[in-house]
Amino acid sequence: MSERPPVTDWVNDFDHTDPRWTENPYPIWDELRSASPLVHTDRFLGCYMPTTFAAVKEISYDTDHFSSRRIIVRNVRSASPPPAPPITSDPPEHKPAKRLLLPPFTPDAVAKLEPRVRAICNELIDAFIEDDGCDAATAYTKHIPVKTICHMLGIPEDDSDIFIRWIHEILELGINDDAILMKAVFEMSTYFAGHIASRKQKPTDDLITTLMNARDDKGQPLSDAHVLGSLRLLLIAGIDTTWSAIGAALWHLATHPADRDRLLAEPELMPTAIEEFLRAYSPVTMAREVMKETSIAGCPVKPGNMVLLSFPAANRDPSVFPKADRVMIDRKGNPHVAFGLGIHRCVGSNLARMEMTVAIEEWLKRIASFRLDPSQKVRWSEGTVRGPRSLPLLFGKPS
Amino acid sequence: MSDHLRASETLKIHVDQDKCQGHARCKALAPELFELDDYGNAHETGDGTVPTALIDQAWLAKSNCPENAIVIDEA
Repeated sequence: MSERPPVTDWVNDFDHTDPRWTENPYPIWDELRSASPLVHTDRFLGCYMPTTFAAVKEISYDTDHFSSRRIIVRNVRSASPPPAPPITSDPPEHKPAKRLLLPPFTPDAVAKLEPRVRAICNELIDAFIEDDGCDAATAYTKHIPVKTICHMLGIPEDDSDIFIRWIHEILELGINDDAILMKAVFEMSTYFAGHIASRKQKPTDDLITTLMNARDDKGQPLSDAHVLGSLRLLLIAGIDTTWSAIGAALWHLATHPADRDRLLAEPELMPTAIEEFLRAYSPVTMAREVMKETSIAGCPVKPGNMVLLSFPAANRDPSVFPKADRVMIDRKGNPHVAFGLGIHRCVGSNLARMEMTVAIEEWLKRIASFRLDPSQKVRWSEGTVRGPRSLPLLFGKPS
Repeated sequence: MSDHLRASETLKIHVDQDKCQGHARCKALAPELFELDDYGNAHETGDGTVPTALIDQAWLAKSNCPENAIVIDEA
């Protein structure tokens, strides 16, 4: 947990790990946006945050002044942050590293995984369907992305709990404790090194083997370090992000019965509903490191600072999204940036959309009526990825 | 959208390859008008001429592109 003093001045001293931000960040972002398109805090060794869609876009497109070598705003800065190409890569290394990962994640490629994801969802629902309710975050949403990525990578689905612990250590505990982060990265690398070694003896039909057989832009095989880094990325980026997105969508449907009933009556609204959940409850905030002095939205920006690149805040900018604070499951024009902007557009966006759609469809097919359990608390994750980590639901209508 | 439904109008769409980052929103919203390559990046189908019946879909695709990569020429 954060040991920093509570925030009293959000505009000049923001802290995205403050419990009030974790609980309900939207009014805070509105306050920051009305103050300035770019705000700064001395916390986290110095950090800016763009608050408007336009300022987020300007920074995302400016890879010259803003590096991706550090992509999490933390209270400590490793001397040499562990690389996970392409998310931590800048031009010119970025493009060839990204192109290696793109083909397995096109819409057609991820459509082939859909039957397995539907089965995963139903197996999970089977385990609690006879009960009065469940914690949907720990019994359902948590397991769907991790089992799906295990299926893609060709690693045992039973190892899911270890991956979830590593990710918690890297994305949440690692904000304040470098030793915890480095230990998790080391354990993850050791784990994958074992899988790489076994595939050198006996290749398999999965994404690890695909990466091991890939050639870079000079026709050379990738180094083990590059393969390891990309595997770390797929695991870290593919799990609690989608877990959060599915959980936030279920939270919305549990707390907005009119939207839930409409989606049941008009299932053709599912695509716009999913996009609207992605916009309104975007889970992922990225970061950049300022490399050279420049200005953003007219505000000076100095090297040595980090940037909290809040795609979620951009998606709440009312100058781009009319009635931005309202969730409209039939919103038509929705150019949201939940998956980022520019060269670092999330490589797994098509996979995430498929998982979200399947997870909500299968849930609604079997549990049409559900609500928050008033005797328990919803708990949201802190920091880089925001989503429900505890989502206690009761099934059926109130008696 | 009704402004764009004049029968005499011919629309041509084009995906700016310097801007497209493969969000694939256009392909989801207007599958007849766009194709994705092996990397998931979008290209207009054929020469980009939009059949009258698909004019609304063309504008919908443009309004959902986060990178603003879709150009629509009204001839």
